Amino acid sequence: MGLSKLNYLYRTLVLEHASHPHHQGKLLDATAQITLHNPTCGDTINLAVRIDDDKISDLKFTGSGCTISQASASMMGDVLIGKSVSDAQQLIQAFSNLVIGQKISAQAQEQLQDAAILGSVAQFPARIKCAALAWHAAQAILEEN
Amino acid sequence: MDIESIKQDFPILKQRVNDEPLTYLDSAATAQMPTPVLKAIEHYYQHDHANVHRGTHTLAQRATAAYETARQKTAAFINASQAEEIVFTRSTTESINWIAQGLSELIKPNDAIVVTIMEHHSNLVPWQQLAKRTGAELRLVGLNDRQELDLNDAARKIDSRTKVVAIAHVSNVLGVVNPILKIGAMAHQVGACLVVDGAQAAPHLPVDVQALDADFYAFSGHKMMAPTGIGVLYGKMAWLNRLCPSQFGGEMIDQVAQQTATFKPVPWRFEAGTPNISGAIALGAAIDYLSQFGMRAIAEHEQELAAYAIPKLLAIDGLTLYGPQDRHTGVLAFNLAGIHPHDAATALDLEGVAVRAGHHCAQPLMDYLGVNATLRASLYLYNDQKDVDRLIDAIKATKEFFENGFEQA
Repeated sequence: MGLSKLNYLYRTLVLEHASHPHHQGKLLDATAQITLHNPTCGDTINLAVRIDDDKISDLKFTGSGCTISQASASMMGDVLIGKSVSDAQQLIQAFSNLVIGQKISAQAQEQLQDAAILGSVAQFPARIKCAALAWHAAQAILEEN
Repeated sequence: MDIESIKQDFPILKQRVNDEPLTYLDSAATAQMPTPVLKAIEHYYQHDHANVHRGTHTLAQRATAAYETARQKTAAFINASQAEEIVFTRSTTESINWIAQGLSELIKPNDAIVVTIMEHHSNLVPWQQLAKRTGAELRLVGLNDRQELDLNDAARKIDSRTKVVAIAHVSNVLGVVNPILKIGAMAHQVGACLVVDGAQAAPHLPVDVQALDADFYAFSGHKMMAPTGIGVLYGKMAWLNRLCPSQFGGEMIDQVAQQTATFKPVPWRFEAGTPNISGAIALGAAIDYLSQFGMRAIAEHEQELAAYAIPKLLAIDGLTLYGPQDRHTGVLAFNLAGIHPHDAATALDLEGVAVRAGHHCAQPLMDYLGVNATLRASLYLYNDQKDVDRLIDAIKATKEFFENGFEQA
């Protein structure tokens, strides 16, 4: 049955993050924020980041979207908080490569923590944008700083 | 109608997708092409390919004749009073842009343009831009509690300042047929121009532009079994003669001097450059294909299928169907409680069921309905009850997966 393939995309971790997202809410002392839309589907993310001494000290998101986009934003917060801006940028690039099916280093794979599981989205091209939306938002914020 | 036999005319429907038989329920986005249309394109390129209206050789004459025959077929299909009222464009979107552009000089800052909240972006954004350029007011007619057009609101918003009323014949989300005659009467009573977006109507039900008294009517070939890149702009001759061309150059000219030019008569003055010749010819073939069944029979088939689908959809716990619940064209937009439409669409796709998920290029309507997106299953001539049954089964399996976790899927 075709639906059995869904297990591959919607693993327990993804469903868990989507139903109990980490880092969801408003960040009152944010130093930068951005709202991005996925124009093809109407999904929205508002990402707020606090950067102190070139380090991401906190990050929160609000918005609406599918399971993949919400899980991805949750996982991203786990990865990026505490990282320097340049390390964060490298991990965002690694994630972007991963979701389009490119190989990334074992070290990057490990650093992406739960988010590494979203590499399976490469098998579902129509959903890559869902997984990437939060990370694009973070990339845009870091480029501005 | 023998749908099983009709399905045989569509080679694309015979394939498997994700190891499952394909059930194509996204015809509101684009319809599939039957073999006679595919053959018409092949025949044109193999035997008649030449540029139109400029060659004196045999192929050029054949191509020109086929292109102009397609115009005549299109005129007959929507009962235009003459073939010259048909302008070939790229799409519904381009047709509406040309109308909005061409009406620019008629719109003044104190005027009003009336559209509806259910318009897809193609029949909203060009009017937003026209309003912005001219300083006119853009008014949106709302819905009643049945999610149909609110005629009382329309009567309030169409007033002596109104110069254009632009409305979809059939909503691409709500599936309703709008009361064009009533809206047209309101528009014409105040001297406004009636523009009808027929993208979801012309492929699915009989259209008679004279009976509708539409000043303009726009639709796309690809939603009615022709290829992408061919569209139709119908206009009453008096209105087309008032429109200034938006594009200038080869083919649309009469005489050109160093500093000045004169233009051909309507409709050729609007068709600058080499047109989509094979697209127009294929549109003619699609019209022939649809006409053998008759648009009334096609509309009845889709309504019967929608009537079969709606109770089955509504019986699914947590399913919200948009639009009036008792009568629908073949456009069925819905949501499943707690499951994002994109997640559901991926699941349905894995079952071989192709539906659309998203805002359907109708974001103001999504806002009005209080949702970000919906699923949309859209039916056509080549769908049958088995397709509906596969949709229903796939929705139930999807719900099971997302509600009870993947271990039980």
